[in-house]
Amino acid sequence: MEPILSVRDLSVYYYTEKGPVKAVDHVSLDLQQGMRLGLVGESGCGKSTMAMALMRLIRPPGRIVHGEVLLDGVDLVKLSDEEMRRTRLSKIALIPQGAMNSLNPVVRIQEQIVDGLLDHDVVLSKSEMEARVKELLESVELDPRVATMYPHELSGGMKQRVCVAIAISMHPKVIIADEPTSALDVVVQRQVMETIRRLQQELGLSIILIGHDMGLMAQSVDYLAVMYAGRLVEIGNVEDIFLQPLHPYTQLLISTLPTLEVKGVFRGIPGITPTLLNAPEGCLFQPRCPKAIDACLIPKTPVLKEVSFSRWVACHLYEDNR
Amino acid sequence: MTALLELREVTKIYVSGLVKKRTTVALDRISLAIGTETPTITAIAGESGSGKTTMGMLFLGFLPPTSGEILYKGKDLWTCSKEEWRVFRREVQAIFQDPFEVYNPFYKVDHVLTVPIVKFRLANSKQAQREMIEKALIDVGLRPEETLGRYPHQLSGGQRQRITVARALLLQPKLIIADEPVSMVDASLRATILQSLRKLNKELGISILYITHDLATAYHICENIMVLYQGSVAEAGDVDAVIKDPQHPYTRLLVGSIAWPDPKRKWGQEIAEYRGEMLAQKTTGCKFAPRCPRAMPICRESPPPLYQTNETRATACYLYEGNPTLEGREISRVLRQ
Repeated sequence: MEPILSVRDLSVYYYTEKGPVKAVDHVSLDLQQGMRLGLVGESGCGKSTMAMALMRLIRPPGRIVHGEVLLDGVDLVKLSDEEMRRTRLSKIALIPQGAMNSLNPVVRIQEQIVDGLLDHDVVLSKSEMEARVKELLESVELDPRVATMYPHELSGGMKQRVCVAIAISMHPKVIIADEPTSALDVVVQRQVMETIRRLQQELGLSIILIGHDMGLMAQSVDYLAVMYAGRLVEIGNVEDIFLQPLHPYTQLLISTLPTLEVKGVFRGIPGITPTLLNAPEGCLFQPRCPKAIDACLIPKTPVLKEVSFSRWVACHLYEDNR
Repeated sequence: MTALLELREVTKIYVSGLVKKRTTVALDRISLAIGTETPTITAIAGESGSGKTTMGMLFLGFLPPTSGEILYKGKDLWTCSKEEWRVFRREVQAIFQDPFEVYNPFYKVDHVLTVPIVKFRLANSKQAQREMIEKALIDVGLRPEETLGRYPHQLSGGQRQRITVARALLLQPKLIIADEPVSMVDASLRATILQSLRKLNKELGISILYITHDLATAYHICENIMVLYQGSVAEAGDVDAVIKDPQHPYTRLLVGSIAWPDPKRKWGQEIAEYRGEMLAQKTTGCKFAPRCPRAMPICRESPPPLYQTNETRATACYLYEGNPTLEGREISRVLRQ
């Protein structure tokens, strides 16, 4: 089956006085129709830059250096600004990080939802528009009375639900959710994620969930892509990755997580994340990697390689069994 | 035995508004004693608005209580002399959530470490000062040569947070109040910082109050837990018992919402019974009753007392009526001391 979204060799650099910061470096991944893909990584690994690049919202000094983002066969990178504006929301939508800051504080919720529709030339009468807003609010389990309220009258969870309603207002095929619940309490986080899950199933959406919370990933995605220092290091079925992580970074990341079974065993990952400024060729995890061998020092970046069915890893350790 | 620091029936009410006064009860008759004989880690868990940060502020002497007492070595903290406050400021240390705001970006990180030494006259020479700082950094797993002489922006969030732990350590405190110390730190460093807190507790005998919304990490490093809901205790006791078999319906909701990093341990169905988010509302009964799937008529009439359900736990819920009740400060009986 053709993937709904296919990212091919995408690189996004931020050009600074000191040189290019390679925030996203040669990333390729596929998103199948109806699939939920988690993109996980630590702060500064480039995951939010990925989200912005997929929406083509990278601003200078950042630039998509090369690569393709094929949405239903159309390369978003090559679209004109106007074509891209029409594509956003109607084909691919973003649920931004921190809903508190993305809603306009002096505009009623109804107008903020309608705004997106009007911008895409949806022609509806006033009453039809109101019915549409009511329907959208109900679909995210909000009281229709929220329509006439201002953002400050809503709790964080409710504001986040409004952002979900806006994201689905034009029936997009793909939704990029960038840490949609990071500022919410655990109970509310779970409720919002379950709403997103239900909508995803009802509307047949494909979702890329971006975040750093491995717990949330384990609960909410089918496939997991692990990013480290601007590069994709592992991708596969979420259960396979948790059960048997392949990349040494993923292995360490999973060993740091608190589980219910084993209590009090804690291990951090020693060392710090590398700077992406003028990032060299070669494995960037090698200085922190407990499994690094001499061959890992070569100035050649490991590429993603399918080592067993549907298990992809980019690591020199797996390059021998060709 | 006199506790090192004790909140006794403490209530904190915030008043806002100039003309039309609005009051918010942040904490409602809370008692908790922290002893020093066996150093423990106690979690104060709850969601935003539960009063957990206010509780930390009261323990740190940053805020006076509206009613009730805060006892430091048996004496009312707010009537202590200047000299006693000085000792208090050294013995009770804080670690805050945001490892960015603690630092002044114009000073090297050494500054946050030398100020307390100078202020409390802990070292009598530059050499001794340097040795103390190096030891504290090593205790939290940092290499002094890679840390000192740098500016805050040159260090990662995890390193900065560990320096604040080292700073607390320098003063050889008896109690550390850690308010969400890892919520802004990446997973890989989260474990390292929690590990250093645990090490301080086990090896240096420092008691820790771990204020958090994250029950999964509380479960891993604490002995005791107190779950707050809108300023009142919902449940308290041994952390294993509370997390593995929560009694109070609110604790069940919280524990049921933990996103365990295990695709095989998926969120269950129990959450569907609960009413959605509620904003704080005035109620004469149990504060959780409006959301509670098991609320009974009595729950809406008067607030439930704390029932001791076994030796190591207590629950403020009428479902456990029939068990012996605990008066406020008797809560310490179910906590490991």
